[in-house]
Amino acid sequence: MHADAESIRKSIRSYLMVGAALFVFTGITVAVNQIHLAVPLAITVALIIAGTKGTMVAAVFMHLNHEKKWIYGALLLTVIGFLILIFVPLLTVGNGIGTPLNVTVTHGAAEHAVR
Amino acid sequence: MNIPYVVEERPDSGLTNGKLGTWLFLASEVMLFGALFSTYIILRVGSVEWPHGELNVWLGMANTFILIGSSVTMVMAWASLKLNDFAKHRLYLIATFVLSGLFLVNKYFEYADHLARGEGPAHSTFLAIYFTLTGLHGLHIIGGMVVMAYFIGPGARLWKKNPEQFTNRIENTGLYWHFVDLVWIFLFPVLYLL
Repeated sequence: MHADAESIRKSIRSYLMVGAALFVFTGITVAVNQIHLAVPLAITVALIIAGTKGTMVAAVFMHLNHEKKWIYGALLLTVIGFLILIFVPLLTVGNGIGTPLNVTVTHGAAEHAVR
Repeated sequence: MNIPYVVEERPDSGLTNGKLGTWLFLASEVMLFGALFSTYIILRVGSVEWPHGELNVWLGMANTFILIGSSVTMVMAWASLKLNDFAKHRLYLIATFVLSGLFLVNKYFEYADHLARGEGPAHSTFLAIYFTLTGLHGLHIIGGMVVMAYFIGPGARLWKKNPEQFTNRIENTGLYWHFVDLVWIFLFPVLYLL
């Protein structure tokens, strides 16, 4: 991955720059939150900044900007699995899962249900 | 019998076994946290109202700075080994360990404050998912600290016997640690700000 000492020293510079950028982006995230934007816009901005920070950590600190194809293959499978986990359960929202139920069960109905 | 491909790379994958294993482990971790983030989305979308301002943003921000700082020191610990500077590596690894301890201390105060006010996981849906996500993340921090403590202590002997293998082990520890940082980068805005 890193052939010689010179390339490591170059990498160290980029690690420090990315570290500083991550601090700045965290400050921006909190500053934007203090403005009290509309909820959809606030969610969009916060997730864009978090996505940018996450990409920087993965690309530079975890060296994903120059990795072997086996790692990319494993990560591709992970992304597919992650998307399934994130989006498929959302389909169940239409069925009422996760919504608060406001059902009043009368004594008689409960007895009927037990029978 | 020696475990193969701990230093030299496998001809088929171009990776050491440890590194490939670490990435596959991280893939399973993405699934674990993915499932919990998915749960959070479902609970939030399905709720009539969602609490705002229940958590201390400044404490959350401080912990974000601490974890980012620990990620920088972790990668520097690995880079120092690549430059054959074990003393610096040790210093950076200890700094990472201390920062992760500081993160947990902050988290303790946060938890203690909530629990003192009777705001446990059973108090609300928001606090249930908050304690689940941050609790699981905290367990990952503790796991990372155990590994770091090993490499600061008895595990450091490997540097003298097989420096390349030791460097690979620190690289894999770093991959795990950056992942833990990555999870927090998303947890912070999702739980504290939105």
